[in-house]
Amino acid sequence: MAILTAVALFAALALLVGIVLAVATRIFHVAGDPTAERIEALLPQTQCGQCRYPGCRPYAEAVAKGEAEVNRCVPGGEKVMRQIAEIMGVEPQAMEIEAPLPMVAMIREEECIGCTLCIKACPIDAIVGAPKQNHAVISSHCTGCQRCLEPCPVDCIEMLIKKERLEEWRWSAPSVVEQPEERKAA
Amino acid sequence: MNEFLLILLSAVLVNNYVLSKFLGICPFLGVSSKVEASVGMSWAVMFVITLAASTTWILEHYLLIPFDLLYLRTMFFILIIAALVQFIELAIHKSSPALHQTLGIYLPLITTNCAVLGVAILNVQQDKGFFASTLYGFGAAAGFALALILFAGLRERIDRAPVPESFKGSPVALITAGLLSLAFLGFAGLVRP
Repeated sequence: MAILTAVALFAALALLVGIVLAVATRIFHVAGDPTAERIEALLPQTQCGQCRYPGCRPYAEAVAKGEAEVNRCVPGGEKVMRQIAEIMGVEPQAMEIEAPLPMVAMIREEECIGCTLCIKACPIDAIVGAPKQNHAVISSHCTGCQRCLEPCPVDCIEMLIKKERLEEWRWSAPSVVEQPEERKAA
Repeated sequence: MNEFLLILLSAVLVNNYVLSKFLGICPFLGVSSKVEASVGMSWAVMFVITLAASTTWILEHYLLIPFDLLYLRTMFFILIIAALVQFIELAIHKSSPALHQTLGIYLPLITTNCAVLGVAILNVQQDKGFFASTLYGFGAAAGFALALILFAGLRERIDRAPVPESFKGSPVALITAGLLSLAFLGFAGLVRP
């Protein structure tokens, strides 16, 4: 008998809790945008802000709403752009109309005062250094987001054009994407 | 008043859940590599343990004792704590997205964390009043937060120290945790439990 009471009571409590949670899910339902979440999952999460949004999540939301182009993510490059374009069902676009050359930050060490401000600003931790010691940029990791330029009190950081290295080199993409209609006409 | 102060002090320093009862070691080692993350985790734990301590007190005194079901305490507590955390997560998600960003990822992690359940069970075993139980829960959680944040700060600095190759990563973290625990033993004479 005692066992039955226990089972009944536990089941009743579980049912009650279940109902409360089910109701709560309805009441507190947040219209999360599944598209934004899928796009965010593609983004590199460096929060670099080169898309001119404060981070990857806001950019993903803006793309999902159709407010932003699909080609703003510089670190993600063409691969991410194509994936986003596929999710959004739009034509892939050329990366960034201005097409900035790949840049890399460089610290002029003789001017560096070791204030660590650029280290804190770097979204991908590509700057190493300690207080009152020279800082240096790990150029293979630097995405060229330029976030370290502004906080530097002595302006000793400059952006250089990234030299191509054998490990990163690849064929340049064709500059014009051929349209299927044109092909048919020809 | 004095009694409540003693409860708080004893829960935070003397009977610290992580460093002298060794409960909740998983988040203690898992979420302690960055101070920022450990602060977020600490808030979530404080929130959940305080609420769990008061809810389980009510459950104990108005359901388990009248129906003589004390032997099912663990099951009931897990059910109610898990549901409570789930409910709070939903509510926070709706009402305060900013708070959800801070706590959100940690809340589901600690639904049935052993520290949470441990506080709830030890609490009712010690037969305190409702207010004292809640306060003890809060104190235990604050102790957890203190240990976690201290440890995260230590680990951040150890990351930059020249640790011998064979001790890098987890071994040095475990040694540090042990030393921290030893240090907290120094509080043992402060309050008699």
